[in-house]
Amino acid sequence: MTTRDIDVTLPRETHNDRTMLGMPTVPGRGNLREVAPFQEASAHESQNVQLRTNLRNATHSIQDKRDQRVAEMPDWEQLRDAGEAIKSDVIARLPELLEQFEAAFTARGGHVHWARDADEANDIIAGLVEDNARVNEQGRRDVIKVKSMATQETGLNEALADRGIDALETDLAELIVQLGNDLPSHILVPAIHRNREEIRRIFLRGMDDVDPDLDSQPAHLAEASRKHLRRRFLSADVAVSGANFGIADTGTLSVVESEGNGRMCVTLPKTLITLMGIEKLLPSFGDLEVFMQLLPRSSTGERMNPYSSFWTGVADSDGPENVHVVLLDNGRTRALADEHGREALHCIRCSACMNVCPVYQRSGGHAYGSVYPGPIGAILTPLLTGVDEAENGTLPYASSLCGACFDACPVKIDIPTMLTRLRAQDDEVNHGEKIPRTQLDAALKGAKWMMSDGRRMNLIGKALPIAHITTPSEGMTDLPGIGGKWTGTRDIPQPPKSSFRSWWKDNRDE
Amino acid sequence: MKIALFATCIVDAMYPEVAIATTRILERLGHTVSFPERQACCGQMHINSGKFHDAYPVVRNHVLAFENAAWDYAVAPSGSCVASLGHQHPMIARYNDDESLAGRAADIADRTYELCHFLTDICGISDAAEALGSYFPHTVAYHPSCHGMRILRLGDRQRDLLASVEGLELAEIQNESECCGFGGTFAVKNPAISGAMLGDKTEAIVSTNAEVCSGGDVSCLMHIGGGLSRTRRLIPAESNAPATVHLARILASTKEEPLMVPAEGATVTGGALR
Ligand code: SF4
Repeated sequence: MTTRDIDVTLPRETHNDRTMLGMPTVPGRGNLREVAPFQEASAHESQNVQLRTNLRNATHSIQDKRDQRVAEMPDWEQLRDAGEAIKSDVIARLPELLEQFEAAFTARGGHVHWARDADEANDIIAGLVEDNARVNEQGRRDVIKVKSMATQETGLNEALADRGIDALETDLAELIVQLGNDLPSHILVPAIHRNREEIRRIFLRGMDDVDPDLDSQPAHLAEASRKHLRRRFLSADVAVSGANFGIADTGTLSVVESEGNGRMCVTLPKTLITLMGIEKLLPSFGDLEVFMQLLPRSSTGERMNPYSSFWTGVADSDGPENVHVVLLDNGRTRALADEHGREALHCIRCSACMNVCPVYQRSGGHAYGSVYPGPIGAILTPLLTGVDEAENGTLPYASSLCGACFDACPVKIDIPTMLTRLRAQDDEVNHGEKIPRTQLDAALKGAKWMMSDGRRMNLIGKALPIAHITTPSEGMTDLPGIGGKWTGTRDIPQPPKSSFRSWWKDNRDE
Repeated sequence: MKIALFATCIVDAMYPEVAIATTRILERLGHTVSFPERQACCGQMHINSGKFHDAYPVVRNHVLAFENAAWDYAVAPSGSCVASLGHQHPMIARYNDDESLAGRAADIADRTYELCHFLTDICGISDAAEALGSYFPHTVAYHPSCHGMRILRLGDRQRDLLASVEGLELAEIQNESECCGFGGTFAVKNPAISGAMLGDKTEAIVSTNAEVCSGGDVSCLMHIGGGLSRTRRLIPAESNAPATVHLARILASTKEEPLMVPAEGATVTGGALR
């Protein structure tokens, strides 16, 4: 793919698979699929008491820290506005900025690759590893990895394993997930669903060099992982990273993190390969001022994260000598072509929205299927793959539209409105038939007839006295059909004897 | 002033006493209240379910109902329906290629207020006991509903007005800003998660030991009240779990005509207090 394939002319019909000039947009592939309808997956997950307790404690403590750090910023709202404005600019000028980035990165000795989808990205990276990493005694190759959502999205580790390459996650939480043969359930704290005792057991089972008397103190767990990783840092030929930001005017890439393991990866091995979603650009180095304030506060509740690494091309006897970046589309131009949906590409993956989300807190990340869980996942996943992909049709409904995510988002993505719009797309694409498919659809059709005319609302008033007499005074407690979804956990009050309309007629109308 | 009452569909059909209380409050302040009879519903349930075409006639009906009446402000005892007017009506009109309706809807939305918002910002009331004679000698746990809080930015207006009612003692619900799990059709589409959210909410409310749980949206209160009623029926120890009462009824309550909290174990009805 070249930048010329990216056409941001916008079609009105948002679920089109072509942009206005007829260029095909590519649906995202890889780990962007619901495993089961959200309603079922989340119902199952929410019954896991341990999971709910771990999630509740973890998200609440991050949320509290985030709130404190935000409260001490008098210009927080202006910063959010600035973040939103810069991101809108990036999205509006994406082709131009990508070309600028490519030129700057290449001029400084780096190599740029373009990947249309997950498979292409994985192929490019596997090829680069084969060219640059030695074969070990087991006849395989090793790479060390910085925590990266993009490589999770493409399923890079599995693709590499198929080609004889073992990828070792170096982020502590990512390592816990990897050793536990588990899936990440949060974009910042992938092992958020695990507690200390579970982590201890995973280490004992998964690390060959661990002290068998390891206890579950966080410091001891961290020390065990540090020892486990040290040898690999020093021997690896190749590292793979994601990127938090790519700076268009200087060709700089960056990773911000808390542990320093990412710093080791981007400085020690000779070859460094970065996989970056095309939306991660910022126009200029100065723009970092805004994002380096927004991101750490929103994600970990810190004023500044402990390690921020920036690299621009190659330099003599300093850091990697062979630097590559793979620019990933995987559905991003598809989302970009959606006039309302493209705002989801502003996301800087801070995870604030999932920490405040009451639905995420009870369902956990796995219920969303995709590597992007929570509110942003509920919009980003269907935007990348297409809402007409039957698998992702329930994600836009995985929200009570309470709006907490919008308030928390550092770049002001209006997630609730986008959820509603995606529901409308889903309704047009999948439920467009004249005959309602579900009881709920039928009920809504009936309600539309009733609610588009005050005179018809009068009919309800006429029916009320009968309804009042025929329902028990303690309300309705066990209804059949969709009513039962309501009365599963709550009672419905007995209707009143008469409506407000009737009262008004009797008491106020002359 | 001339006030057009927007009663909302669920208040009209299930909680008429809330609209009656709203009328009395406004009249007590000397305003002339009218009820544009063509009104039916804000359409939020359809809009939030993605039924943008089905919502169109509902939105159009609301606009026609209100633009043909003469009024200075419209007032509704519901944060979420008022939020829908401003936030969603123009969007639905445009989605259905009706730019003219979008403008007219926005004009109506601009002059439509949630009850407490109207009382504080337009009428300048900060003390309900003084301005309305509000009297309610009970402990009240206040639930701020999401749309009032996050779309209308009502802030502490509802809470402060309740606190200024004579005899009323406010109790704080733990994690009060967290959604109760109603979300319109969300409660039916995702019953397990909605039920889990409701369970946490009712637990937090019961632990305040308040006699009453109040707020500005009957839909949230119907959901919470339904959960509390279930708690009362199934868990004998919680038989005095609080009643849910819309704040309009508390503001309308006076020494002469006090709103009575029913005896323990009283039943859930739309018409009665619980
Ligand atoms: S949508 Fe906003 S809050 Fe959520 S992860 Fe992205 S930037 Fe953070």
